Amino acid sequence: MEKKIRVLVAKVGLDGHDRGAKVVARFLRDAGFEVIYTGLHRTPQEVAMAAVEEDVDVIGISLHSGAHMTLVPKVLNYIREYGGNPDELVVLVGGIVPEDEFDELKTKGVDGIFIPGTPISEIVDFINQKVKEKRNKA
Amino acid sequence: MEVDEIVEGILSGNKRYLARAITYVENEFPEGKEILKRVYGRTGKAHVVGITGFPGVGKSTIVSKLTQEFRRRGKTVGIVAIDPGSPFTGGALLGDRLRMDGLDTNRDLWIDPGVFFRSMSSRGRAGGLAAKTGDAVRLMDAFGFDVVLVETVGAGQSEVDIIEVADTSIVALMPEMGDDIQINKAGILEIGDIYVVNKADLGGAEKTERWIKAMLMMDEEAVEILTKTTHAQEYEVQSGKIFDKIARSGWKPPVIKTIADKGEGIPELADAIEEHFKYLKESGMLIETRKKRLTREMTEILVNEIKKYLRSNRAVDFDKIVEKVTSNNLDPHTAVEKILKSILK
Amino acid sequence: MRSSTDQKRKIKNLKSSPTNFYDKIWVIAMENEDVRKKREEWDRKCLKPFLEKSGERQEKFENLSWIEIDRIYDPSDIEHINFIDDIGYPGDYPFTRGVYPTMYRGRFWTMRQFSGFGAAEDTNQRWKLLLKEGQTGLSTAFDFPTLMGLDSDDPLSDGEVGKVGVAIDTLKDFEILFDGIPLDRVSTSFTINPPAGIILAMYTAIGDAQGVPRDQLRGTIQNDMLKEFHAQNTLVLPPEPSVKIITDIFEWGVENVPKFNLISISGYHIREAGSTAVQELAFTIADGMAYVEAAIERGIDIDKLSPQLSFFFNSHNDFFEEIAKFRAARRMWAKIMRDEYGAKNPRSWWLKFHTQTAGCSLTAQQPLNNVVRTTIQAMAAVLGGTQSLHTNSFDEAWALPSEEAVRVALRTQQIIAYESGIPSTIDPLGGSYYVEWLTDKVERLAWDYIERIRKMGEGSMLRGVLAGIENGFFVKEITNAAARFQREVEENKRIIVGVNKFTIEEKLKIPILKVDPEVQRKQIERLRRIKAERDNVAVKEALDWLRSAAENNENVMPPILEAVKAYASVGEIMGVLKEVYGTYKKPIII
Repeated sequence: MEKKIRVLVAKVGLDGHDRGAKVVARFLRDAGFEVIYTGLHRTPQEVAMAAVEEDVDVIGISLHSGAHMTLVPKVLNYIREYGGNPDELVVLVGGIVPEDEFDELKTKGVDGIFIPGTPISEIVDFINQKVKEKRNKA
Repeated sequence: MEVDEIVEGILSGNKRYLARAITYVENEFPEGKEILKRVYGRTGKAHVVGITGFPGVGKSTIVSKLTQEFRRRGKTVGIVAIDPGSPFTGGALLGDRLRMDGLDTNRDLWIDPGVFFRSMSSRGRAGGLAAKTGDAVRLMDAFGFDVVLVETVGAGQSEVDIIEVADTSIVALMPEMGDDIQINKAGILEIGDIYVVNKADLGGAEKTERWIKAMLMMDEEAVEILTKTTHAQEYEVQSGKIFDKIARSGWKPPVIKTIADKGEGIPELADAIEEHFKYLKESGMLIETRKKRLTREMTEILVNEIKKYLRSNRAVDFDKIVEKVTSNNLDPHTAVEKILKSILK
Repeated sequence: MRSSTDQKRKIKNLKSSPTNFYDKIWVIAMENEDVRKKREEWDRKCLKPFLEKSGERQEKFENLSWIEIDRIYDPSDIEHINFIDDIGYPGDYPFTRGVYPTMYRGRFWTMRQFSGFGAAEDTNQRWKLLLKEGQTGLSTAFDFPTLMGLDSDDPLSDGEVGKVGVAIDTLKDFEILFDGIPLDRVSTSFTINPPAGIILAMYTAIGDAQGVPRDQLRGTIQNDMLKEFHAQNTLVLPPEPSVKIITDIFEWGVENVPKFNLISISGYHIREAGSTAVQELAFTIADGMAYVEAAIERGIDIDKLSPQLSFFFNSHNDFFEEIAKFRAARRMWAKIMRDEYGAKNPRSWWLKFHTQTAGCSLTAQQPLNNVVRTTIQAMAAVLGGTQSLHTNSFDEAWALPSEEAVRVALRTQQIIAYESGIPSTIDPLGGSYYVEWLTDKVERLAWDYIERIRKMGEGSMLRGVLAGIENGFFVKEITNAAARFQREVEENKRIIVGVNKFTIEEKLKIPILKVDPEVQRKQIERLRRIKAERDNVAVKEALDWLRSAAENNENVMPPILEAVKAYASVGEIMGVLKEVYGTYKKPIII
């Protein structure tokens, strides 16, 4: 049996906009993934522990507050601290991210960045493709 | 990851390995079976508590508050939360974890090393879910959790099966659930070792409590009333089943009122859970029920293995035999005799 | 049977000199009868053959609230609408056409662009620039920690200080923010909710220090917690204490700062979270009713309070629906205030509102297109009679707007004001068959929601809204609408230009405004210094007073003002309230 793809959709920090995260979570479910939505106002530690305990393949962090540069690396570091391996994960960031910060985010371990307006089918395809890649590497 | 690595990781209390092991058993990877074999010796100590009830009753909140309470009592807690998945897409939106208390309590359950929360999808298929849940529970048991909570949605037979995995079954209700008889028909009411009436601050909590007590033959007046209503027949059947269960087990299920989101009634619930476990141990019921459960489990594994064998072994064409039986060319008993003969050769 | 020419002559004569009421009615009925006949003829002879040759682009045309829109509207569509009762004149009940008799002929809407970022000095600088450029009112954006009532040195604030707005920890920051800005000559709007009372207290303190009489302070605090529970999610205290504190602010504000708008009852955020226009209208009006009921329960004279209530709506893409929504809002509120709550002063029946163009409609792809979207949305707001307007900047999908983009957004308003001729007359779309039909339709659908909410509250809108928050009613409605819309976009049933149609390969080159990470460090340092230099005894006394006031169900504004003047921090004040009222855990519905 092929391992089901599990996705953690996370809202980190104080930002309260959850429309995108919720809609994406629903769509990912419709695409056949198992989606765990963290709810709002999670700390980086909470998100990291969830990623470890739920043994997810993908972690999608939704941010509208511009705090991605600090919060995303924090999450990945905590995953490492709790025994997980962030390199095995497909890390996505969704929301408002200036394009000139994409490259830097990618060096910090982010695999894909999705700004508002991206068709969710694109995210689904990306996940399928990237998860396959990472599993083949393992 | 290597099986050795994982087993060692589990036995040394590393959450990462427990998580991966659960993934293996959930997806029926052969590594999963291997791991289970190796850790089985460490199981049997945890108190497995199942909680079921209709959506909206507040199970997630109860689980969250119970976890807090048990942590306060120095116990470690593993949680398996099952959510329905879509039978069409196979996907699922697992929303139990996010109802766990995090940031604003004295203890952040999300990152507490003494708590492990795993969301599981029922994946649209009822069959096999009980087994997988049982496996996950076993892994958590081997890991060393004192209490393992299994949270399901009570809406059908599969949920009843899952609860068979538990030593203590809690059925959660709430006031004004409309047609109470609905619950009866779902069959979950009779499985309770403890009954909880949550959202007890809502109107009708008293009524619900009395109604359950009537089922348990603990409220004479209520019994009087119920035997005279239009549901009298249902009531007779239902309470009869429960009565039998009480007679067999010797345990009178308590009915506990809670207001879970305020934490009220939760310590009493935790007390009842601990008492039940104590009772099971002292009366010998624990071993008996576990024996029964393991018998069922092993039978199921046996049947599955035989089925698998038949499917893979060319010597017996199971489907062809079924066709023969369907077209009246062979009767079922003879058919099975034939199959057994060729396997047991 | 009269010949139709005779009939026509009779109608014409009666119209110019009707002898009695029944004649009048007969004329209208006959005309509409004629209209219906003509319509039916047109359908048969003109439309049908044409449709057979070349159909229409879609099978159904649904607007953004999924209301089906017909191809043409005529007098028969609005015959249930009465000019005097339902439409009337601006400045007169039911205010469908506008709250003032002269509207923009008297004064343009306030051009109020939302801004704020970094530290107080940076915002102060940006404001002085905007005031020079012709902006007529100030509007403040706060950073997330401040919005949540946290200090800049709180561990949860890490990485978020000064990012989406200005960081305010103590009165000192406010002093810097308003340095050189005379409070008797500007009006300032503060987009803040849980700590709104603290911010109002700070503004009052600055006014006191500048020597401006409190009854001259003008501005707005958003202070609408109900919509936070529905959509925006800046949540700290539970719903009931939140409403209690808002009512405290009403009680105090009516006596102390009578020209200051004590609340901006908002639909903007509800819309941004994905609701339809009808839901935006209905839930906002419902919230307004809840607040009015809370005030009445407190014993506040609603004729005194009403002038200090204001509203805040979204202006989205469907041009005519938005206009209809604004007109319906005014008409509904007038009926509610006069007939349901018995307000006597006509001023109490006015729904005054601020509008912001729809942030969620902006695309990151081909950002210049956003200038066009914002223009259409701004025009709708103006044609809808808004009192003040914020137009989004075209780079807003990326980050906080750049100076150039903000200027273009402001110019958009100025061009509409000075060049388009739209403000030369009032409610020019009044009487349009489509717009009147749609206004009425949107209103009816909104009333349906109001009645549902009222039922949940067993007759009380306040209880109904609180019940809806608890049982997830609002969140479910909004999330379902958002998901449905997204699905239609994914299926290309709804087109977003540049996103699912007319796309290009693009490399974007917009100057993005970045926030210096030094801001956080400097802010924390400033806070530390204030805490060391202030009179900590006075702070403790004020906080103790606040605690006791909260515990004894007294008005919390006087102790908050005291605390603020002693340089207590936002986090400290909020902390006391959290202690007493608890923190809120939102029931999650996905």
